Amino acid sequence: MTGPQRSGGHMTLDPRGPRFSAALTTIVFVIVLLTGSGWLALAQAVVFAVGAYDPRLTPYGLLYRYLIAPRLAPPAEREDGAPVRFAQAVGLIFALLTVAGYLSGLTVLGIVGALFALVAAFLNAVFGLCLGCEAYLLLRRLRAA
Amino acid sequence: MTIVVLAVLAAATVAGLVYRARYGRLRAAQGDLPPGLLPPARDTVTLLQFSSATCAPCRRVRAVCADLAGGLDGVRHVELDADEHLDAVRELGIWRLPTLLVVDRSGRVATRTVGVPDQAALRATVTEVLAT
Repeated sequence: MTGPQRSGGHMTLDPRGPRFSAALTTIVFVIVLLTGSGWLALAQAVVFAVGAYDPRLTPYGLLYRYLIAPRLAPPAEREDGAPVRFAQAVGLIFALLTVAGYLSGLTVLGIVGALFALVAAFLNAVFGLCLGCEAYLLLRRLRAA
Repeated sequence: MTIVVLAVLAAATVAGLVYRARYGRLRAAQGDLPPGLLPPARDTVTLLQFSSATCAPCRRVRAVCADLAGGLDGVRHVELDADEHLDAVRELGIWRLPTLLVVDRSGRVATRTVGVPDQAALRATVTEVLAT
């Protein structure tokens, strides 16, 4: 079973899917930084927006589901979809900063936004560290302060 | 720009290695729980877990703790939603989830773990705290 599964009404994911997506996101942001392309960042922002709704429906998620997952053993355990969706929404914010920076000529803003997104995607892909998920409590504490 | 990208990736790699080395490690800690945070239970060691809805590894911490509490007398597992206990979260200096505190019989914090603790290490620590 590699298809979508919902238990008790909430989404669960094969944890290797988001890792795979993070690896592709890393490559995209390296290219964004090397070419300074705001339009590529915009495409990535759309991917994040879809991912915040359902990570399995992004091009990366579909690639994983139909090309990669069928060649792998089923996952030992599935993970909750909510943290991943939250992290995708955080990614969307940084991607939009990048787009705004590059397309408006505020190149420094574009570079800073892309570097943050690059670090987050890289740490997720290589170390399984979800920076967006870690930021959750931080944001909650700051908002309530 | 290539150099900037490489430098940032190198720094991220160092940060990732530090993160990985610390994750799930049981560290000695100090301090009292805020009064009234937990229902009183005499002669009980508490595995106090702070979680949230968006926390992926919280489920695994829950499984480790529930297993331990189920197999040892005088040990209970309490899971709190950090969102609903922001005052306690602030008072205890908790920034990341899941955070697991081992609380001794007198309500003092003995150890603190960010991430998923190793089951054997946690069992050893709890046994030690039970013996004090």
